[in-house]
Amino acid sequence: MNGDLSELYQSLILDHNRAPRNFRVLEGANRHADGYNPLCGDSLSVWLKLEGDKIVDASFQGSGCAISKASASLMTTVVKGKTREEAGEIFANFQRMVTGQPGASDDLPPRLAVFAGVREYPARVKCASLPWHAMKAALEGSETERVSTE
Amino acid sequence: MTATARVPGNAGPGPAPAPFDAERARKDFPGLAARIRGYPLIYLDNAATSQRPRQVIEAISTFELTHAANVHRGVHTLSQQATAAYDEAREKVRAFINAGNASEIIFTSGTTASLNLVAGSYGRRFLKPGDEIVVTEMEHHSNLVPWQLIAEQTGAVVRALPVNDRGELERQAFDQLIGPRTRIVALAHVSNVMGTVNPVREIADRAHAQGAVVVVDGAQAVPHLPVDVQRLGCDFYAASAHKMYGPTGVGFLYGRLDLLERMPPWQGGGGMIERVALEGTTFAPPPARFEAGTPPIAQAVGLGAAIDYFRTLAGESLAHHEQDLLAYATTQVGQLPGVRLIGTANDRVSVLSFLVEGVHPHDVGTVLDARGVAVRAGHHCAQPLMRRFGVQGTVRASFGLYNRREEVDVLVDALGEVRKVFG
Repeated sequence: MNGDLSELYQSLILDHNRAPRNFRVLEGANRHADGYNPLCGDSLSVWLKLEGDKIVDASFQGSGCAISKASASLMTTVVKGKTREEAGEIFANFQRMVTGQPGASDDLPPRLAVFAGVREYPARVKCASLPWHAMKAALEGSETERVSTE
Repeated sequence: MTATARVPGNAGPGPAPAPFDAERARKDFPGLAARIRGYPLIYLDNAATSQRPRQVIEAISTFELTHAANVHRGVHTLSQQATAAYDEAREKVRAFINAGNASEIIFTSGTTASLNLVAGSYGRRFLKPGDEIVVTEMEHHSNLVPWQLIAEQTGAVVRALPVNDRGELERQAFDQLIGPRTRIVALAHVSNVMGTVNPVREIADRAHAQGAVVVVDGAQAVPHLPVDVQRLGCDFYAASAHKMYGPTGVGFLYGRLDLLERMPPWQGGGGMIERVALEGTTFAPPPARFEAGTPPIAQAVGLGAAIDYFRTLAGESLAHHEQDLLAYATTQVGQLPGVRLIGTANDRVSVLSFLVEGVHPHDVGTVLDARGVAVRAGHHCAQPLMRRFGVQGTVRASFGLYNRREEVDVLVDALGEVRKVFG
């Protein structure tokens, strides 16, 4: 694999693509959003269980490429136990990293650093951020939301 | 695989030509010299847009440098030169598709605009509640959505001819779906996903027997097939320049003159009027009636140059070359483990859609890009067809006149890499 490619498809991403974590409908979820990318047709659903301000559980389902699937899978593992605000900050940081903007702080959970290679493939940025957009819509919405990357 | 030799703008049989010289043709396309991520570009996304030859780029550049003026307006010399160049381009398009009259050629911004013009003008004027518009399951969204929009406005109904497992139109359905209520049949000449060549003449005959008109999306046909609108028997034919080695921003609509004459304007503006008063306006005859505003003049000239470029190519040998590439790619890609071909019609142009088992088309596209191989991955603006095959998207390699067998070999090699990455 050439350099850029192995940066993009790191083993953690390939692992989460093959065996996505929290890939199920979440029992007892009180927040839900569907994310859709009309350019490629990828769609996924995110479920959250909020207790007060805290995300106590997260899950997802859907179909998409390795990047979006792994991103959704890792996201569900990362936001569990975070407050709404913390989750929102992680998303903002994540977005800066995958778009190659400065200011992606060191606070980013180390696992998410595997997506740094996405910035070399601008066409794939939306794949990585789709689940996060859905998560954000779920947090902001009342019960069921639908979000599009366009 | 069809053995029929065909080349755009050269419908007639001639003496057996020498083999097509792709290496020589490549020299005409400066864009092919690009390097992608350290590798030479292998451009297999011709169905999305083709590269432009120097001859086209220079024709546009010469026009902009020496003849830039508006058309049909000025009394000054430069405007007359621009008008002459624009009219000459229209005549080239007429000859290219063998229309009977240059007034039947309307310049548009591309195929999408051409199809919207027919729907918005002919459709809006003549469709009534309960009338039927027959499309096909393999249409590009641009030959489906305009019909859905106009159906909603007029109370007409959209029905679709089904596609079989090989990616061909289901012939048994023709009689069931094309009936006395059918007013419009809109279909692709060639599928943008599978390369299938549809039996336009056969469908046109049935449609005409029911008093319907036939609208053909020719965007994917013009780069590969000779198009003769009179032989096809279609009433409207739409295409874009940029898929046939011309520039973006221009395309054309052919419409039968007697139909165009009965159609209201699509857009209002300058250039399309006969007489304007505050109380009302009368409209110019076709084609001006349908060309409101300043048209893409330099681009139309570029389209004319692309047509001239086709004429310099070696007749039938180009069609043989593209069919050889398609046959070679079909065999080489098709025999890879875990690869599923989508669209295996007998009559196809050089477009190959496939899936790599267990790997999303976008991931395949990215791995190929890392080797400099440009393909399209996704639903190709044909979501109903994706649903028909139960897939979310495909990988599409589409070949143009400058592609070579060794590029197919790199594609195949890079597909091996996909397996390595995704195990």
